Amino acid sequence: MDILNDDKLIIGGHEFQSRFILGSGKYSLKLIEAAVKYAGAELITLAVRRANTKEEENILDYIPKGITLLPNTSGARNAKEAVRIAKLARELGCGNFVKVEIMKDTKYLLPDNYETIKATEELAKDGFVVMPYMYPDLNVARELVNVGAAAVMPLASPIGSNRGLATKEFIQILIDEIDLPIIVDAGIGKPSQACEAMEMGAAAIMANTALATAGDLPLMASAFNDAIIAGRKAYLSGTGRVLTRGASSSDPLTGFLHD
Amino acid sequence: MAENNSFFVDGKNLSKEALERKHKLENDPSSRTNHMEYMPGMEVIESDICDKVMSQMDSYDYTKYTAVDVRNALNHERCTIEDFKALLSPAAESFLEEMAVKARMETSKHFGNTVYLFTPLYIANYCENYCVYCGFNCYNDINRLKLNLDEIDREMSVIAKSGMEEILILTGESRAMSDVTYIGEACKLARKYFRMVGLEIYPVNTEEYKYLHECGADYVTVFQETYDTDTYEKLHLLGHKRVWPYRFNAQERALKAGMRGVAFSALLGLSDFRKDALATALHAYYLQRKYPQAEMSLSCPRLRPIINNDKINPLDVHERQLCQVLCAYRIFLPYVGITVSSRESKSFRDGIVKIAATKISAGVSTGIGDHESKYTGKEDNKKQGDEQFVINDERSLDTMYDDMQQAGLQPVLNDYLYV
Repeated sequence: MDILNDDKLIIGGHEFQSRFILGSGKYSLKLIEAAVKYAGAELITLAVRRANTKEEENILDYIPKGITLLPNTSGARNAKEAVRIAKLARELGCGNFVKVEIMKDTKYLLPDNYETIKATEELAKDGFVVMPYMYPDLNVARELVNVGAAAVMPLASPIGSNRGLATKEFIQILIDEIDLPIIVDAGIGKPSQACEAMEMGAAAIMANTALATAGDLPLMASAFNDAIIAGRKAYLSGTGRVLTRGASSSDPLTGFLHD
Repeated sequence: MAENNSFFVDGKNLSKEALERKHKLENDPSSRTNHMEYMPGMEVIESDICDKVMSQMDSYDYTKYTAVDVRNALNHERCTIEDFKALLSPAAESFLEEMAVKARMETSKHFGNTVYLFTPLYIANYCENYCVYCGFNCYNDINRLKLNLDEIDREMSVIAKSGMEEILILTGESRAMSDVTYIGEACKLARKYFRMVGLEIYPVNTEEYKYLHECGADYVTVFQETYDTDTYEKLHLLGHKRVWPYRFNAQERALKAGMRGVAFSALLGLSDFRKDALATALHAYYLQRKYPQAEMSLSCPRLRPIINNDKINPLDVHERQLCQVLCAYRIFLPYVGITVSSRESKSFRDGIVKIAATKISAGVSTGIGDHESKYTGKEDNKKQGDEQFVINDERSLDTMYDDMQQAGLQPVLNDYLYV
C-alpha cells in the first residue's frame, strides 16, 4: 500500500521503513536473523557490555550489513556511567545512535528517569542521536525533548516480563503530548499487544524476550511484523468509535427534543 | 548434620605442640575464642540485615509445611517468603518436577538461554584458619604455595589463551601470606587479561574492598559456610574466619565500597541445609532491598572430599535435595545469578543449567600454579600447591562451550563492562 511506503519512521533525521526494533536482552544469532528476515528489523539494539568480548563471541559479528546499530548503555547505574558506555560504543565503531538505559535496580530493572535526563542532555550535546528508555512520565518526557532526545521510549511493563501494556494510559498521554516518536519498549509479550500500542499511535515497538522465548522464532518474528503493520494501518486510518459501556441506542435519548 | 562427618585428621608432619593445640581446639570448647566477638582491626558496620535473616531462619519450622502450601506456592504469581519456605520444605520434594518447570520458566524470562562461563584461579593456599572440613586448613598437611606476580601473570596468560574472559581470584585465608596489596596487584594483572574480575578471598574492611575495586575487582564472593552459629563455632576452630558476624557483613561492606555485585552461599551439608538455604537466599534478598543497584548471585556448594580426608561428604544433601534448593532459589529470586561449581558432576551441571543455574565454571583447577600443565599438557618441575577440594567436573572451556551449545544453550564469556 502506498500509504505505508511513504510512512517512514524518522529518528534523528534517519529514515526507517520498519517499525520493529529488536531489543538486546537475550541475544542469539538465530534471533537476529529472524528479526531481520521475518520482522523486517532495520534497527537492532546492541548491549555494549555484551559486545565487550573477544573474537568468537562478538555480537557485532552477528549484525548483518545495512542494519543500523543502536548501542545501549545497559549496566550503567547513573548518568556518568551511561555517558562513558555511549562513548565507548562510538569508539568501537557502532555509530552515533544510543539508547540510554540507566538502572539502579537489579530486581525490576526500572529506568532511573532523573539520571536519564542528565545523560540524554550530555550525549545530545555531544552529537549522539539519543533514544532514552524511561518510565512513562509526561514531565520527564517533556524534559527529554528539551534536552535533545531524538525519541522517547517508555516502558510498557517491567523489562522481560511479557506483560504487555501495563502503563497504557500514560503511554497514550505521551503519544498525545510529545512531538517526538514514542517507541514502546519493554514488556511487550505478544503481537496483539504490539498491535494495540501501534493502534494507539506509538511510532515503533521494541521487543526482545517475546521473540527470544518463542517456540518458533521466525514465525513469531513474522507475527510481530504483521501485528505492527496492522496496528499502524489502523492508526493511520483513524480508529472507529470505542464503546466503553454497553451499546449505544439507535434511538437517541434526546430524540424527543424538537425545538 | 556436620557431626556425622569425621573431620579430624592428624597430619604426620605436625609438631607435638601443634598436635596438642589442635586436639585441644577440637575437644575443649573453652580453649576457643568467642566466635561472635570481633577481633581487633575488624570493622563494625551498623546493619539490620543480620537480625532480619536470623529471625526468619530461627523461626523456620519446615515440618509444618504441607503439600497444600507447596501447591499454593507454585500457583502464586509472586513468590513470598512464606512460599519460599514451603518450596524448601520436605513437603516440596514430591513436587520437584513442577518446581523445575516453574524455575526454568523464570530463568528463561530473566536470562533467556544464556549460560555464563568463568574459571577460578587460586593464587595462594596459605591459611591461618582451622576450618575442619577444608583442604586448606592450617593443620592439613598439604603443599603450600603462594604465586609471585610473575607466576600469576603466567597463569593468567595461559587461562586467557583458552578464551576465558571472566576470572575469579581466590586465596587461602591468610592476611600474613596474601595481604590486600598482593591481592590488589593480582587484580591489576587480571584486568590486563580478562574482562571481568571477581574475588573470593578472606573478608576485609570497607576501605580495603574500595582499594581492591580500584585495582579492577568488581564482584566479591564470600561463603558464610553455615548460618547456624552454634555449628559454625564447632567447625571453625581457629583464626579470623572464626568470627561469624564479621563474615556475615562482608557483602555489605563490599557494596558500600562500590563493588557491583556480591555472591552468597552456605556450604550445604555442614548443618541443616534447609535452614542454611533459607538464610542464604534471604541474605541476598534483604541486601538487595537495601542496595537495589547491586547484582546478586547465589552458589550452592556441597561438601567434597579433601586431601587427607576422602570421607567428607554432603550427607543428606543428595542431588535431588540440591536440585530442590536451586529451583526454590530461582522461583523466589528470579533475577539473581546462580552459580554451580565443579564440585558437582557433569551430569548434574548439564541438567541444572537447563533449569536454574546461569553460571558454571570450566577449565577448573583448585590447586596452585598448575594451569600451564593442565591446559597445555606441558610437564614442568615447578612446585605446585595442593588443591582446596577434589573437583567433580574437569571439562575444559572448549569442551564446556561445545557441550552448552549442543544442549541448546548460549554460552556467554562476558556481559560486563568495568565503569
